[in-house]
Amino acid sequence: MNFWLLLTVNSVTFGGLLFLLSAGFSLIFGLMRIPNLTHGSLFMLGAYFGATFATWYHFNFWLSALLSALIVAGIGAAIERLLLRQLAGKELAQVLVTLGISFMVADLCLMVWTGDPISVDNPPYLDGVTNIKGFLFSTYRLAIILIAVVIAVALWLLLDRTRLGAMIRAGVDDPQMARVVGIPVPQLFTIVFALGAGLAGFAGMIGSPILSVYPGLDQDMLPLALVVVILGGTGSLPGSLVGSLAVGALYNFGQALLPELAYFVLFLPMVLILALRPQGLFGRQAP
Amino acid sequence: MTGKRIVLAIALALLATLPLWLTGIYYVNVSSQILIYAIFALGLNVLVGHAGLVSLGHAGLFGLASYACAIALQAGFGHITAIVVAIAATLVGTAVFAFLSLRATGIGFIMITLAIGQILWGLAYRWIGLTNGDNGVSVTSRPAPFGVSLASSATFFYATLTIFLLTVLAAAIFSQSPFGASLRGTRDQPRRMNALGYHVWMIRFYACLFSGLVSGIAGILFVYYNQFISPQTLALTASAEVILMVISGGSGTLLGPIVGAALVVVMKNVASAYIVRWNFLLGAIFVAIVIFMPEGLVPGTVRLWRMGWQWLWNPRKATVVSKIPEPKS
Repeated sequence: MNFWLLLTVNSVTFGGLLFLLSAGFSLIFGLMRIPNLTHGSLFMLGAYFGATFATWYHFNFWLSALLSALIVAGIGAAIERLLLRQLAGKELAQVLVTLGISFMVADLCLMVWTGDPISVDNPPYLDGVTNIKGFLFSTYRLAIILIAVVIAVALWLLLDRTRLGAMIRAGVDDPQMARVVGIPVPQLFTIVFALGAGLAGFAGMIGSPILSVYPGLDQDMLPLALVVVILGGTGSLPGSLVGSLAVGALYNFGQALLPELAYFVLFLPMVLILALRPQGLFGRQAP
Repeated sequence: MTGKRIVLAIALALLATLPLWLTGIYYVNVSSQILIYAIFALGLNVLVGHAGLVSLGHAGLFGLASYACAIALQAGFGHITAIVVAIAATLVGTAVFAFLSLRATGIGFIMITLAIGQILWGLAYRWIGLTNGDNGVSVTSRPAPFGVSLASSATFFYATLTIFLLTVLAAAIFSQSPFGASLRGTRDQPRRMNALGYHVWMIRFYACLFSGLVSGIAGILFVYYNQFISPQTLALTASAEVILMVISGGSGTLLGPIVGAALVVVMKNVASAYIVRWNFLLGAIFVAIVIFMPEGLVPGTVRLWRMGWQWLWNPRKATVVSKIPEPKS
């Protein structure tokens, strides 16, 4: 009983991290019509920056996470402004450029932080376990779930209740019409890219006590974000949430029950969705 | 036309005598590598160049053939059986790959192929019972067709060259054929092709199978060349390398992918002799080519050459005209 409960909590935790990663990925895709293949690298960069602040400079854990989120958001904005902007309208070229950057980032990380994995400690007051009705849960994992919920609500409020959110939604639905009515779509691209990058960087840091930080983390996370978006549909926040929880559960249960085929188990829902509903669960049109 | 034939004849003669004038096993081996990757790039070019479908999971198909061949050999089957098993596995794998990824075109196709490629990589890496995980699978012997052992690097080069020439021939015939023309039709005007009564999905599906078959043949050659296969062969960087070969040489042309393969393989060998950071260089070249020479090196050089030629004869009229085909969604 406890085994299953523990696995469920781990799945939800991982799903929460995936949500932070894929919400930005999905928004960028919805607005700019490109899969940002640097997203895994941004996650890894966030984790490395955060680990550096927290373990080398002994910054406060949350301060490190915030700082690395800001730095990675800046990097994201720079990528969008300096490179992708040059290739406006050429989606294929943009995708290939993000792929090229992801290789450069991976190699730079290897150069700066070497190949040894870095483990990051929890904040000390979140160490240990919480007792809920006789069951023991890792406090840090519960905290991650809480953070993911808070950020999900904040994102929903941002998209649904603010002027910026309305502009983003307009850009996702009909970019040309949005331009016509005077919405500064290119600025939105930069804002959304930076927001998505910052979320990915933040997720990388707060995920690091669980996942640790190692070269190849980017290539482990990127396909998961892709599968989440294929499952949930692009540009949809509820889609990312449901997709992340599904992928988190499949990945964790798969790893516990069929460790050699965990990666393959992810494949099955993707096959089903592509065969039956290619636009994804919450998508309106096929990617 | 005759000029082209002379160049072709010289190139063939140079290739056929390569182990004689290129002394040193290392260089012959690099040449074999170039030919193997040229076959692979020609296979991917069917999709990228003629169908307008950019696959980021082709290293998965290449690796699938390699693994199928290596595992069949390890299980004690003969070379012929292993090769047949590998080709069958590649065709079945490509059919599934195509069935899933052809749910979308354009950017969606890239995403799905990338996900499938990563899943194949994950299988190779984690399914330790079958693939031996990170340690890879070794192949202890090379086949001996018609009694000629391919154990030496020169004989292996000739075997690779034969298959390479057959592939070039097949690619040329494919490109001239009505099927090739209809595939390019589905790339440029899928709706009109549909209205004309062509089964667009089926044409793309067959193109995927053809592309997968050629990539699989390259994969089989690769596993015999290296006599070893590990998950690294299926990584995203490998898919990106072969994409770089196709687009740097010029996608949709016959010569482009071959030149691109030579370029990337030579660069990789030279670079790894001097620096450890091949991936950084790969990414940088990728970004540079996409931004500065999007039509590829062969058409790009032809464009610059013509420009210079024009300038030489008539400096006033010369204009910089770049014809970059925009992918239609």
